[in-house]
Amino acid sequence: MKIHVRHFAVLREQRGCELEEVEVAPGTTAAALYDLLFPPGLEGQLPVLFAVNQAYVARAAVLVEGDEVAFIPPLGGG
Amino acid sequence: MFAVQASPIDVSVVREAVGRPGAGAVLVFEGVARDNFDGRPVLGLDYEAYAEMAVPQMEAIAAELATRWPGARVAMVHRTGSLEIGEASVVIAVSAPHRVEAYEASRFAIDALKARVPVWKKERYADGAAWKANAESPTTGVEAP
Repeated sequence: MKIHVRHFAVLREQRGCELEEVEVAPGTTAAALYDLLFPPGLEGQLPVLFAVNQAYVARAAVLVEGDEVAFIPPLGGG
Repeated sequence: MFAVQASPIDVSVVREAVGRPGAGAVLVFEGVARDNFDGRPVLGLDYEAYAEMAVPQMEAIAAELATRWPGARVAMVHRTGSLEIGEASVVIAVSAPHRVEAYEASRFAIDALKARVPVWKKERYADGAAWKANAESPTTGVEAP
């Protein structure tokens, strides 16, 4: 199934794009997609919150076809 | 009024948005681009937002604020793009029947914005730049509500 992924801030720079379409298996969770796109390496992953369709969700949230997913790195607003 | 915008914020417009006859107090908070971080000179700030999510998060904060402080109203506008030192990055106006609620609600609004609204800040230095996280931002292992 196809997932739309939006990238912001440091993750946008790491990934080199603002938006990408990713094909994943049914049952894939938000956290699993994060691991896929930002593999936990020697330097470790950035701690993120997860958003699906512009709302925060739990890391274990199961994605469905056409979802818009964003990984929310530490916030800096204000 | 809840918005994310690339143009400079007109403080008077944000303040007007919370005016109402039952208000006995109006507070306007401005977050402003500061020229240093713990003494290290900062030349300017770059803000980036997930606008389609940031505005609903602001609206949710406003709904919570109105429940906790009956009669209070809030408006919030956050800036994006490149800011020079001294420019407002965020403006929050609160009106309330009395000053005590206005002060409390204003503090709640900016703290909640820093913790929940998807906006990011990069500090520019003479020799580079760095993304800076808020102390209020949830850290590893925290799941969003």
